[in-house]
Amino acid sequence: MSFWQNILSYFSSEYYTFWVVSIGAGIICFAAGIVGTFSYLRKRALLGDVISHAVLPGVAISFMLTGVKNPIYFLIGATTSGILSIWLVDYIQSKSKLKPDTILALTLSVFFGIGIVLLTKIQHSGNAAQSGLDSFLFGKAASMTLQDVIIFSIIALINTVCIAVFLRAFSLISFDEEYAKSLGFNIKIIKSFLALLTVITVAIGIQSVGIVLMAALLITPASGARFLTKSIKKMLIYAGVFALLSGFIGVIISSSGTAMPTGPWIVVVLSSFTIFAIFFGKEKGVIARMRVRKSNNVKINNENILKKLYKLSEEGKESIHVDQLSENQSIPQLKTTLKRLEKKQILSQVKGTIILNEKGKIAAREVIRKHRLWEIYLSKYFQLDEDHLHDDAEGIEHVITPEIEKHLITLLDRPEKDPHQSEIPY
Amino acid sequence: MATPIIEAHNLTVLYGRKPAIWNVDFKLPEGQVIGIMGPNGSGKSTLLKSIMGVVAPTTGYTKVYDQDLNQVRHKVSYVPQRQEIDWDFPASVWDIVSMGRFHVRGLFKRLTSEDNEIIQESLEKVNMLGFAKRQISQLSGGQQQRVFLARAIAQQGELFLMDEPFAGVDIATEEMIVDLLKEMKDQGKTLVIVHHDLHTAQSYFDHLVLMNTRLVACGKTSDVFTDQILTDTYGGKLTTIAKISQELENKEFPIRHQ
Repeated sequence: MSFWQNILSYFSSEYYTFWVVSIGAGIICFAAGIVGTFSYLRKRALLGDVISHAVLPGVAISFMLTGVKNPIYFLIGATTSGILSIWLVDYIQSKSKLKPDTILALTLSVFFGIGIVLLTKIQHSGNAAQSGLDSFLFGKAASMTLQDVIIFSIIALINTVCIAVFLRAFSLISFDEEYAKSLGFNIKIIKSFLALLTVITVAIGIQSVGIVLMAALLITPASGARFLTKSIKKMLIYAGVFALLSGFIGVIISSSGTAMPTGPWIVVVLSSFTIFAIFFGKEKGVIARMRVRKSNNVKINNENILKKLYKLSEEGKESIHVDQLSENQSIPQLKTTLKRLEKKQILSQVKGTIILNEKGKIAAREVIRKHRLWEIYLSKYFQLDEDHLHDDAEGIEHVITPEIEKHLITLLDRPEKDPHQSEIPY
Repeated sequence: MATPIIEAHNLTVLYGRKPAIWNVDFKLPEGQVIGIMGPNGSGKSTLLKSIMGVVAPTTGYTKVYDQDLNQVRHKVSYVPQRQEIDWDFPASVWDIVSMGRFHVRGLFKRLTSEDNEIIQESLEKVNMLGFAKRQISQLSGGQQQRVFLARAIAQQGELFLMDEPFAGVDIATEEMIVDLLKEMKDQGKTLVIVHHDLHTAQSYFDHLVLMNTRLVACGKTSDVFTDQILTDTYGGKLTTIAKISQELENKEFPIRHQ
C-alpha cells in the first residue's frame, strides 16, 4: 500500500466512528472552552464544577418522568437543575453569612448527592431502558453519533455568535459588575444569559465527556490561554483552539489502545497545553521570565565593563589591556562580554588592547551618570553614610530607565558633582 | 440652598440585618467639591453606591437633580474604589477608559472616531496617554487611579462620585488629582468624594458630609469641621452605634416594623 492509499484509508467507512467521535469531541470542547473563559475571568472557576454536578438530578428526574433515554429530555432536565443550582448559590449568598466557597461546595454536594440517590433508585427499578445511564458520570464518547455531532455544532455556533455579539457586555461584567450597573446596564439579564449559555453547554457536553470532566473543560482552556495573551479576544481564540485540539487529540490517543477512557485523555491533553503555556507564555511564562533575567544579567555585565573602561580612560589611559579589566570576573566570561560589545560596535579590540568607540563612550557616560545621580538622590533624601552610597548605586544604575533618569535630573536640579565630588557626565 | 444636586431622604441600607447607612437625610449643593468622611465601616462607600443605584436602599430614596437617577444617569460618573478591582484582568488602559463611552454607544454599537478622540483627551488630562496600550496589570496604584479618573472624564458627566480616589496613590498623582478637581470645579462640575485623611479635608473640600452609619453633620466645611463634630463622628458615638448594630445583627431584632 502506498503512502497516499494509507492516508486515504483513514477516510474509509471503517474509520467512520473514529471521525465522528474525534470531531464531535473537538467541537463540544471548543464550545465549553470559549464560554468557560468568562467563568474564569469572573473568578467563578468553581461554579463550573457546581453546574456540571448539579445537572445529574435533572437527568435522573427526566428519565423517571419519561422512561426513555432521549437526549432532548435529558437536556431539558439537566438545564433546569443546572439553573436551579446557580439560583440557589445566589440565594444563599444573599441571605446568609456563609463564605462563597462553602456555598459552592454545599450546593454541589447536595445536588450531586440527590442525583446519585435517584440514579441508584432507577438502577434498581428493573427498567431495562436504564442501562448506560451511569455513563453520565464519566461520559461515553465512543457512543457518539452523527446526531450528537450536529447538536454539538449547533451549541458551538450559538456560543460563538453570542460571545461575538455580547463580547462588550460579558467583558464589562467580568471586569467590574458595579461599574456596569452604574452605567445603567441591566447586569442581571447579562449575567443570567451568560449562565444560561454555560448551563446548556454543560448539559449537552456531559452526555459525552461526563460530569467529572466537564468542569475541567470550562476552566482549563482559559487558564492556559491567559498565560499566552493579554487581550480577551485573543484569549477566547486560544482557549477555543486549545479545547478543540484537546478534544480531537484526546480521542485519537484513547482510540489507539483498548480500554482507554476518552474523557480523561481529553483532560490530560488539555492539561498538557496549559502546562506548555505556563512554561512558554510570552510574558507571564516561566521561560520568558528566565529569559528576562538572563538579558538583565547580560545588561549588567555590559554596563559594568563600560563603566570600568570609562573610569580607566578618565585616569588618562586610552588603550586598555584585557587583564586590567578582570576583577571578579573570569577571563572567558569577560572575553564573551567584550566580543558582544565589539559586535555592537561599542568598542574595538586590537591585539588584546581595548578602545572605546564614540558609541561606547556615550553608553558609558550614561551608566556613570545614572550611578552618580542615584548617589546624590540617596544622600539628599535619606540618612545614609557616604560609604553606603556606592554599593546601593552599583545595583540601581542598571535599573534606572531613561524616564526615571529624566525625573531624577529635574528633581535634583541637574547637579554637577556627586557626593564624592566626581563630575557627572551629561 | 438652590435646587440640591443630590438629595437623600430617610435613606437606610441594610446588609443582612446590619445597617450600613441608617436614616440619613441630606441635600448637597451644585458646583462644589464635597467630601464624605467618617471612620472605617461608617457607610461612606455604601452611601455613594446607593446614590449611584449600585446598592438598593432598604428604605428611603435618593434623588439626583431632583429626579430619579435613571432620568439623569448620563450626567453622573462613578469612580469605584481602586482596591475592589482585580487589576490582573486582561485589558489595556485604552480598553478600560473606552468603557466610559459605553453608556452613549450601548452594548453593541461600535465606538466612533469622536469617541476615540474623547478617550484620547481624557487620557491626556490625567497624563496617561503614553500608557494607552499598557496592560493594566503593569500599572502602579497612582496610575490605576488616573485610569479610573480618565474613564469617568470620558463619560462627560456633570456630577462625579468618587470612592477614595486619594487612597494609596503617590504624591505626584495626589497633586494631579487636586489640580484636576479644581479645574473641573471651575467648569461648573460637582464632585462628591469619599475621603479618609482629616489633614487634607479642609483644603480639599468646600462642603462636608460627616457620617458614622448615621449622619453626624452636613454643611459648609467652615461650619462643620469643628472639634465637637469631629469627636462626634470619630469618637464616643462610634462605640454606641456599633454596639446597637451588633445587637441588631446577632439577636435578629427588626430595625423597624415591616
